[in-house]
This record gives sequence, structure tokens and C-alpha cells, in this order.
Amino acid sequence: MAVLIQFAIGLVFGLGLIVSGMSNPAKVLNFLDVGGIPAGTWDPSLAFVMAGAVAVTFLGFNRVLKLARPFFARRFYIPTRTDIDPRIIVGPTIFGIGWGMAGFCPGPALTALGFGSVSALIFVAAMCVGMLLARFIAHLPSVTRYVAPADPVET
Amino acid sequence: MTVTFFTPLASLLGGALIGLSAVLLMWATGRIAGVSGIAARLFPPYEDGEFAGRFAFVAGLVAAPVAVRLATGSLPEQTIAAGLPVLIVAGVLTGFGSVWGSGCTSGHGVCGLSRLSVRSLVATGTFMAAGTVTVFVMRHWS
Repeated sequence: MAVLIQFAIGLVFGLGLIVSGMSNPAKVLNFLDVGGIPAGTWDPSLAFVMAGAVAVTFLGFNRVLKLARPFFARRFYIPTRTDIDPRIIVGPTIFGIGWGMAGFCPGPALTALGFGSVSALIFVAAMCVGMLLARFIAHLPSVTRYVAPADPVET
Repeated sequence: MTVTFFTPLASLLGGALIGLSAVLLMWATGRIAGVSGIAARLFPPYEDGEFAGRFAFVAGLVAAPVAVRLATGSLPEQTIAAGLPVLIVAGVLTGFGSVWGSGCTSGHGVCGLSRLSVRSLVATGTFMAAGTVTVFVMRHWS
């Protein structure tokens, strides 16, 4: 049951990406292209996606987190770190460069797979290699000792 | 480049659906709807017994366009301009960076900002800036 619900929740996320236009990398790139502002080709749609998503999530989290526990789990798993370490700058910098090159971030890339796109398949395969590499390096004993991440993939 | 059109209403509505999904996942599993974190945890080492749920969420993401095509008979426009070398390099950087930085557009951008997390605010500002600079260099410096 919980697994079926999570499939449905992923489906809603994917529908949101399609309705919002974010499954189209061209729209993302035209948002990131500030050179398009004077040229008249800038597409501000992504800002509206973020606004809609953050508004609903902000209100929804406030209500849900007042519950004693989640429906299918024993407790809420909320990130608690507040420190600004090098990884919270270096990681998003590397991610942002990849995002700006192709116009795909992880969610839209996965949804693009369902369009039957070979380009998306190549991107997702490469993305999985990058994810594995990051997890591998984060779990190396030397890195764990000196960098001491709480959880390498904690959001 | 491909010209796209500003779609304020559809984008606001689609964004609200993404937010609804994040709220539902928190309600159901108590976890952040961060796609990079969910996808990366499909690979070992496995730290908990949540593989099936994560796999189902990702399957839902991939199934969404299939559902749209079944329901409406068509799919919205999708233009992927990047060639093979760019796709591979961009994919590796996106996968590595999002895991190294503990999140992507959904985990930091949507969920993190909604929780007023300072780490997520720093991360979101950083990947927005890096993406903007990258597009500028690729489109206007050649």
C-alpha cells in the first residue's frame, strides 16, 4: 500500500513537471539565460514554478509536521544541520554547471525518460555515474575521517 | 537556441502540483521529496529498508508522461539541444554535484526553502548562480 501511494506521489510530481513546462530543458535554459533579457527571449516561467511549489509546500509542511507521525512511518526525517560547510557550496556549484550545460536537473531528467527520449536516457545514465561517484568518495574512510559528513546524501 | 514562451499560469499550477507531491510524501513517509537524494539512494550502500518506496516514487516520475500521453494522446514540446558529449559531461556533473551538495532543485529549492533552511538557501543561490554563469558562457562567449 505504502509503495503504491509513493508511486502516485511520484506521478503527481512528474505531472507537475510536465504541466509547468519544466520537462522541457529549453524552458529551463531560457530562464537561466540572463543574456535573453535585453534580447527579449528570457522565459521567467521557472520562477513561477518555484513560487507555486514553495507556497504549497510551506503551507503543507506547516500542517503535516504538526501531526504526531507520518502515515506510513514511525517518525519524520527532517534535516537538522545548519552549518555552512564547503560541500554546501562546492556541490551546488558543480550541479549548477551541469544544469546550465544541458538544462536538466534530476527530477525533469527522470520524467524526460518517459517521453522516450534517447538524449534523456544518456543524461540519466551519466547522472547515475556521477551519483555513484559522489557516494563512493563520500564513503571513503579518509574522507569520512576528515570531512565527517553526517549523511553524505542528506538533503 | 529554441524560443520558448512565458507560461505563468501553467507554471504556477505545475509548481503547485510539485508542492502537493512534496507535502504528500512528507505526510506519507516523513521524508523530504528531494529527487537527487531519492534517486541516489537506489544505489548501495543501503542505509535503511526504503528501497521499494523510493523505486516507486522514481517510477511515478518516469510514468507521468506515459499517463499524459494515454490521457490526452499527445505530449508537450520537449527540446533537448545538447549533443552527446555535453549530455554525458552535464549528466555526471549534475549527479555528482547534487549528491555532494546534499540536494538539488527539489530538495533544496522547493523543500529546503519551504522549511526556511539556511543551508538550502545557500545551496539554491549557488546552483542558480552557477547555472546562470554556465548558460551565459555557453551562449554568449562563443
